[in-house]
Amino acid sequence: MPIITVVSRDGTGRAIEMDAGMTLMEGLRDHGFDELLAMCGGCCSCATCHVYVEPPSPATGEEDDLLALSAHRRDTSRLSCQITLTPDHDGLRVEIPPED
Amino acid sequence: MHHDVLIVGAGHGGAQAAITLRQRGFAGSIAIVGDEPELPYERPPLSKDYLSGAKPFERILIRPAAFWEARGVTLLRGRRVVAVDPVAHTVTTADGGAFGYGQLIWAAGGRARRLACAGGDLAGVHTVRTRADADAMRAALPAVEQAVVIGGGYVGLEAAAVLRAAGKRVVLLEQADRVLSRVTGEALSRFYEAEHRAQGVDLRVGAQVRDIVGDGRQATGVRLGDGTVIPAQMVVVGVGIVPSVEPLLAAGAQGGDGGGDGGGVAVDAFCRTALPDIRAIGDCALHANAYAGGRRIRLESVQNANDMAITVAKALTGAAEPYHAVPWFWSNQYDLKLQTVGLSAGHDVAVLRGEPAARAFSIVYFRFGRVVALDCVNAVRDYTQGRALVERGARCDPAAVADITISLKDLAAAA
Repeated sequence: MPIITVVSRDGTGRAIEMDAGMTLMEGLRDHGFDELLAMCGGCCSCATCHVYVEPPSPATGEEDDLLALSAHRRDTSRLSCQITLTPDHDGLRVEIPPED
Repeated sequence: MHHDVLIVGAGHGGAQAAITLRQRGFAGSIAIVGDEPELPYERPPLSKDYLSGAKPFERILIRPAAFWEARGVTLLRGRRVVAVDPVAHTVTTADGGAFGYGQLIWAAGGRARRLACAGGDLAGVHTVRTRADADAMRAALPAVEQAVVIGGGYVGLEAAAVLRAAGKRVVLLEQADRVLSRVTGEALSRFYEAEHRAQGVDLRVGAQVRDIVGDGRQATGVRLGDGTVIPAQMVVVGVGIVPSVEPLLAAGAQGGDGGGDGGGVAVDAFCRTALPDIRAIGDCALHANAYAGGRRIRLESVQNANDMAITVAKALTGAAEPYHAVPWFWSNQYDLKLQTVGLSAGHDVAVLRGEPAARAFSIVYFRFGRVVALDCVNAVRDYTQGRALVERGARCDPAAVADITISLKDLAAAA
């Protein structure tokens, strides 16, 4: 199961083992990262689960459009509901962006 | 039992209020009283991915069980609040429990409106508001060949889409002359009517339901105003909600008129009711909405529940800000992703942007020359870029808005 490093909005980091098969949004939500609102529940209809990821990965078409809703978009931006975790995500570094 | 903050209702609003209070460092005791036996869960999937079986219940929980314990939020499940005493600062539950509060957050939402006609309480007549509702539908599905959906709002249309995908014959009956008449303009209504028909739904507008016929126990069909009976092994009723505010109104809170404004309990810009230390949020909160031209409305959406919860949590942690969130909404039917921003009610001009036949287009609504809302079907870019137009109440040229070679982003920059 992948171990993900998560940096909260206050700058503190934690390494967390998340379940493969879940989305990154679900992993963050279930581990208490409450800054992430994830209002639409993961159906790619809002942008309230925006995160920065390293190494970066490309956003899909709709996701790319939705990310434009954030004033804090960077090249490393993704919607965490659109990343389904696999063992290959081991070592992923995730940062919660500033509040929009 | 006393709680510094007592939240009535375990839906999106109630859960988010507790989450945000803790996130903002609120250290007092918090409890959520809910009438369902479940942990707080997301309601939109009940007519979409949960109903279809695509998502198990665990994946629609707002937070896992351990979260609430870790955050020191007491969940009082399966308890319905029936009375509020604003002087003693207590609520009473149907099972005789009594709970004291310092601050009360009323987030009780609403319950599915039942059919008033005969047969409305037969077995086989379903509503889609709770997990138990959706589970009952799923359990009944194997024996269903034909379902009749009564009501062409979002819930009815989404349920129809799921039932079609499950291979059922579906008849959808809408009383008004078009579906979605309460929430959108005519062009979008006609588009969705055509889509459902193309998917095989026998969709009838202007349909009068006389009663539900049955064998004394189980519904067997729906009788129309002209006497014809449409056979059905399942009847799905999606005719809106009744706001759950009776205990508050009985305690002296001010309510809506139940007519034009949809009832509910009146709140100010900080979600305060007329009663001391009692706030109300979400589906049941009748509020003056800036995006409705200041009209008092109720807004039945996850966005409104969440953002009002945050408004209250801020107010209770010394950072009060008036509620001023742009409304947004989504609906997934078949392969159509609808996203709405703003409120189109009361618009005077509707501009089509793109081609409905291509199944990717937007409708931009104006009122007095300003953009008030967009409905975007499979058009995420318009949705995100159009949001700025709604937030600003931008004045733009309808002809430019209709021109898909001009991006809404450029229009927003120019407005």
